[in-house]
Amino acid sequence: MGLDEQLQKDGFITTSIDAVIKWAQNSSVWPFPLGISCCAIEMMAAASPRFDLARFGSEVFRMTPRQSDVLLVAGTVTYKMAWVVRKIYDQMPDPKWVISMGACASTGGMFRSYSVVQSIDKFLPVDVYISGCPPRPESVIKAIMMIQDKIKSKEYKPALVNFGKDVSPMPHQGSNSVM
Amino acid sequence: MEQYFENIHSVIKLNTENYEIVKHRNQITYTIPKDNLLDICFELKENPEIALDMCVDITAIDWLDKKHNRFEVVYFLYSMNHNKRLRLKVQISESSLLCPSVSEVWGSANWYERETFDMYGIKFEGHPNLRRFYMPEDYCDPETGEPLYPLRKDFPLMGIPDSMPLPPYPEKFGDVI
Repeated sequence: MGLDEQLQKDGFITTSIDAVIKWAQNSSVWPFPLGISCCAIEMMAAASPRFDLARFGSEVFRMTPRQSDVLLVAGTVTYKMAWVVRKIYDQMPDPKWVISMGACASTGGMFRSYSVVQSIDKFLPVDVYISGCPPRPESVIKAIMMIQDKIKSKEYKPALVNFGKDVSPMPHQGSNSVM
Repeated sequence: MEQYFENIHSVIKLNTENYEIVKHRNQITYTIPKDNLLDICFELKENPEIALDMCVDITAIDWLDKKHNRFEVVYFLYSMNHNKRLRLKVQISESSLLCPSVSEVWGSANWYERETFDMYGIKFEGHPNLRRFYMPEDYCDPETGEPLYPLRKDFPLMGIPDSMPLPPYPEKFGDVI
C-alpha cells in the first residue's frame, strides 16, 4: 500500500521515531562551506544548477556553523588555521559530520611543508574523504550521498539534539592574536 | 647608459664609494653598504629625476656558507613616472642581523620587512612594529626555546615537531576544547 493511499484511507501512518528522524536528517544534510582554498570553487559548482546538489537535499549552504550538519573542509589547512577549523567544528550542533575535500585537506597534498597540516584527521574525526586536486563537483555530491548512507545505516542512532556548546577554543597564537 | 640610470648612478656614487653594480638583461642591481641605505633610499625617492616612489617588494636571500655575509636583503623599487625599475641589495652578516628599516621612506615596506623578519630573522632597526607576520608570535623550538625562522636554509622542510601544536582530537560528540 502506498503512502498516498494510506493517508487518504486512515490519515495516519505508524512508524518508529528513529525512522522519521533519520528520514528527516538524511533529506536535509546542510553543509557548512569551509572554502579555504581552490577546492571551494568546485564546491560552489556542486551547488550550482549545472550539478545541482539540491536534488539530494543539500542545497542550503549555511553560512553559520550553528545551522549546519556537515563541515565541508575544502582546502589547505595550515597549523594556524587548524584552530579556526576546530572552533567552527565545536560550534556545530550534534549530530555532525566532516567531509575532507581534496588532496590538501586529506593528505596535505602538494604542500609538504612546515606550515601545512598533513591531513585534517590529525585533529578532526573525518567521515568521508574526497580525492582529487581539486575534485569534480560530482565527487562532492557523492560524498554528501555517502553521508546520507551513513545516516541511513543501522549503526547510526539519532540522539537527542545537543546544541553546540558556547565555548571558544583557547588560541595558541600569542598575545596579539585576533582570535 | 640611459640618462635615468646615470642619475641613479650619480646619487649612489655621491653617498658611497663602496658599491657593486650588476647588469643583467637590462636589469640593474646595486649592492650598497647598509649604513648608506637610508640616505640613498630617501634620495632615490625624493629626487624628481629618479622618483622611485614605489617599493614593490622586500625579501632576503640566505646564502648559508656560500658567501662571506650570510644574508642579503633585496629591495625592488619602481618609478611610476618613469616606468623604470631598480633593485638594491644590502649584505647582512649573521653575527649582527641588523638592517636599517626603510618603512619611513616607503609605507609599504612596513609589512615587507615584517615578513622578512618573520622568515629570516633579520631585525630592521627603526621599524615601528616589528612582529612576526605569518607564523605564531611565540614560534620557537620547543626544546631550546630559540625562535625559528622557516625560510633559512638550515630549517628542516617539515619544521620542528611540536613547535606548532594542533588542537586536541575531539573524543566524542559535544567535546570542546
